Amino acid sequence: MRNRFPLWKNLMVAAVLILGIIYALPNFFGEDPSVQLSAVRAAKVDDGLKVQVQGLLDAAGLKAKTVEMADKRMLIRFSDTDSQLKASDVLNEKLGEAYTVALNLAPSTPSWLRAFGAKPMYLGLDLRGGVHFLLQVDMDAAVKQAEDRYAEDARSLLRENKIRYRSVEKQNGVIQVRLPDSDTLSQAQVLLRRELRGLQIDVKDSENLLEGRLSEVERREIKRFAVAQNTTTLRNRVNELGVAEPVIQQQGEDRIVVQLPGVQDTARAKEILGATATLEFRLVDNEHPVPAEGEKAPLGSHLYRDRQNRPVLLERKIIVTGDQVVDAASGIDQQGGQPAVYVTLNSVGAKKMGDTTRENVGRAMAVVYIENKSETKEVNGQKVTTKKKVEEVINIATIRDRFSKRFQITGLDSTEEARNLALLLRAGALAAPVDIVEERTVGPSMGKENIDRGVKSNGYGFIAIAAFMILYYRVFGLFSILALGTNVLLLVAVLSLLQATLTLPGLAGIALTVGMAIDANVLINERIREELRAGSTPHAAIHAGYERAFATILDSNVTTFVAGVALFLLGAGPVRGFALVLCIGILTSMFSAVLVSRALVNFTYGRRRKLVKIAV
Amino acid sequence: MEFFKIKRDIPFMRYGRLTTTISLVTFILAVLALGFKGLNLGIDFTGGILMEVRYAQAADLEAIRKTLEEQRIAESAVQNFGTSRDVLIRLPLREDTGAKQSDQIFSALKAQDGTAELKRVEFVGPQVGKEMYESGGLALMLVAAGIMAYLAMRFAWRFAVAAMIANMHDIVIILGMFAFFEWEFTLSVLAGVLAILGYSVNESVVVFDRVRENFRKMRKAAVTEVIDNAITATMSRTIITHSMTQLMVLAMFFFGGDALHNFALALTIGIVFGIYSSVLVACPVVLALGVSRADLLLPEKEGLVDNRP
Repeated sequence: MRNRFPLWKNLMVAAVLILGIIYALPNFFGEDPSVQLSAVRAAKVDDGLKVQVQGLLDAAGLKAKTVEMADKRMLIRFSDTDSQLKASDVLNEKLGEAYTVALNLAPSTPSWLRAFGAKPMYLGLDLRGGVHFLLQVDMDAAVKQAEDRYAEDARSLLRENKIRYRSVEKQNGVIQVRLPDSDTLSQAQVLLRRELRGLQIDVKDSENLLEGRLSEVERREIKRFAVAQNTTTLRNRVNELGVAEPVIQQQGEDRIVVQLPGVQDTARAKEILGATATLEFRLVDNEHPVPAEGEKAPLGSHLYRDRQNRPVLLERKIIVTGDQVVDAASGIDQQGGQPAVYVTLNSVGAKKMGDTTRENVGRAMAVVYIENKSETKEVNGQKVTTKKKVEEVINIATIRDRFSKRFQITGLDSTEEARNLALLLRAGALAAPVDIVEERTVGPSMGKENIDRGVKSNGYGFIAIAAFMILYYRVFGLFSILALGTNVLLLVAVLSLLQATLTLPGLAGIALTVGMAIDANVLINERIREELRAGSTPHAAIHAGYERAFATILDSNVTTFVAGVALFLLGAGPVRGFALVLCIGILTSMFSAVLVSRALVNFTYGRRRKLVKIAV
Repeated sequence: MEFFKIKRDIPFMRYGRLTTTISLVTFILAVLALGFKGLNLGIDFTGGILMEVRYAQAADLEAIRKTLEEQRIAESAVQNFGTSRDVLIRLPLREDTGAKQSDQIFSALKAQDGTAELKRVEFVGPQVGKEMYESGGLALMLVAAGIMAYLAMRFAWRFAVAAMIANMHDIVIILGMFAFFEWEFTLSVLAGVLAILGYSVNESVVVFDRVRENFRKMRKAAVTEVIDNAITATMSRTIITHSMTQLMVLAMFFFGGDALHNFALALTIGIVFGIYSSVLVACPVVLALGVSRADLLLPEKEGLVDNRP
């Protein structure tokens, strides 16, 4: 008997190795410091921009390595960080209005490798530095807002259809519509059932009362929409921050993960992300007097306070909300020299605003600034988070003329505040408030240290194992180590192919997998020795060694694999990365221990018909 | 080179009573440590704020504590971390500020010493921490159930139970040691513990595999002899494999930095006790459960078994 692989098996091993090298290779090329331009709103990334950028860079005496274009993005690579920073300044100054300029580290994978679709692994924040946020969407608030909207809709529907009603009130999530008699009750019932399909309406005949509750379907829809809308809004806001390659993803039912690689100014990032400020435009109620302390506001109006804490009575009806703002810019008011925000509305908002202002020339209109804050307090040893809505009238102005699509808001405290408000308005409103429930920041130097340490410990461990295996098993030890090296190569290749995010726990997973993968080779080598001791010929010993060890390897790896899968399914963040590496590592190690080392053995010993001695 | 030229089988099973007693004692000690001291849970599980700050010169811990007091933060822990220039600050969650607190504190520290450089901030809300704790426990149980199911299918229920007991023994001892020495139990340590759950079963499986094979080969031998031979035959592999894994883990322990320190520590304990438990806990339990040849030799059971010479 001789140990030989059929041709197809040899070819398969060779093919896998070649693919492994191709897809693992991009990880060794490092990164280019580069500048990323992304279009804001209407701006285009096209050849014209390319010419413009090159002109600007030439004028500044900077030389770009390459300029690449992708959908809505342009990547300009440099050979050193010095010119990268200079270029970023130049471009920001000249193009800053229409484009977001971000510093980036782009992988410098050569183009022939990129042609294969080979990309390096994406480094996690713990290895490159940056901020990670986990945001919780406040679903209760989203539902409450929807209820308010329905109550308001019910009111205006009744009014438009000239159905008299006593009151429309909201109590514990139930919208109660009181009607004067059974006649109006049945009219209202038909109307509201037809128009407000999201509401489940119960009738209480005896009290002439309609009770509307959000249906289960509507409730689910509201929540789903709140998360989706918030994810989009956050993405817009992050783009305004100018971050290269941010990650904004939904996690679970009501959470959103935001990762901003390379961001250092966490305070600013938090302000932008966590703020839920929006604006509302309302008419000032000039029919009623401002109610005294402790007195209720008249029907159809709501009592607000301005910045000096003075009471202001505004109509309950909202003219336009922040959702209808398509653009906003901060600046200085030409006449008063005060900080101002220039607002542009969408067509629906512009029509509403136009109609309202035309009909109300001479009346006062107020801008209400709404911010959602959350407070955590300790009550009887329990942490209780309460939501607080801050509503402030920031500006009251008399309507002199019909407003057009564009108008300005003044009355802000500082230019800084004007800038932030403009940014928030521009980026869109959050459908529901969000709270930061987790924050992790890793400094860039720390990220570098983590990589160094992870790679170093992997390297030292590998060398120690290699030394021992070669001393102990000689030629077969060498084969084992080559198989182990293949294992690492394949593991890296698969992780790169999957575009997995490499984190520190992932690096630990690689180390642990290497440590455990050698088990398969030890099992095989020990079996061969055993067979030789039992008097088998070398060829038979090799054959039996691989054959018999295989069942054991399979059993023991499946159990570890089960553990890995469960870890992946249940783990969060870092545990997940570790589990993924563990699972893939088990698969690649089975391949390399069983097939690669066997191929090497066959190649060395298989050709000899008479084999007297093997070095194991 | 060969370290383990063992001619005659070592009668491991004869020491069964002794080894079981030893395991039982360590197990009880671990449970006691867990019960009385409890795990020193990291902020991943408890929620809170953790900041790592680096200074240009050796940090003045007293001054930092004072600054924190001025910020009206009680119960903060300030300690050196690795070097005298690195400081680790741990804060409980405070009422109003949540995630914004870390910014205030850092600006205060920066005002006190301009060289302060923020290396790392972690803030975990109480709800997230609690969920993490629960899903960690769930993962532990799911892994155990999955492994038992596989072993029961592949071997016999007695082996599944024995492997699981041996395994839980390892896990409890790791947790007990973390509790006793008050080492910080973080998410990465949990990952290590779960990895050990897979790893330790791996060990038991290799021995069981040999037991199954021996039952076929050694037709006349008593069950204890079969097990003793299986352990002896796999001894050399057990030692070498564990040493290899331990080498890797030690590299992580010494060169991996603080982030991997406790992870490597958990793995080290797991590996050491993994050897012991797979041989001296799993096998006596299998024996005690009354394993017999009939358990493994159902003819239609496994193609792989039947093909063997």
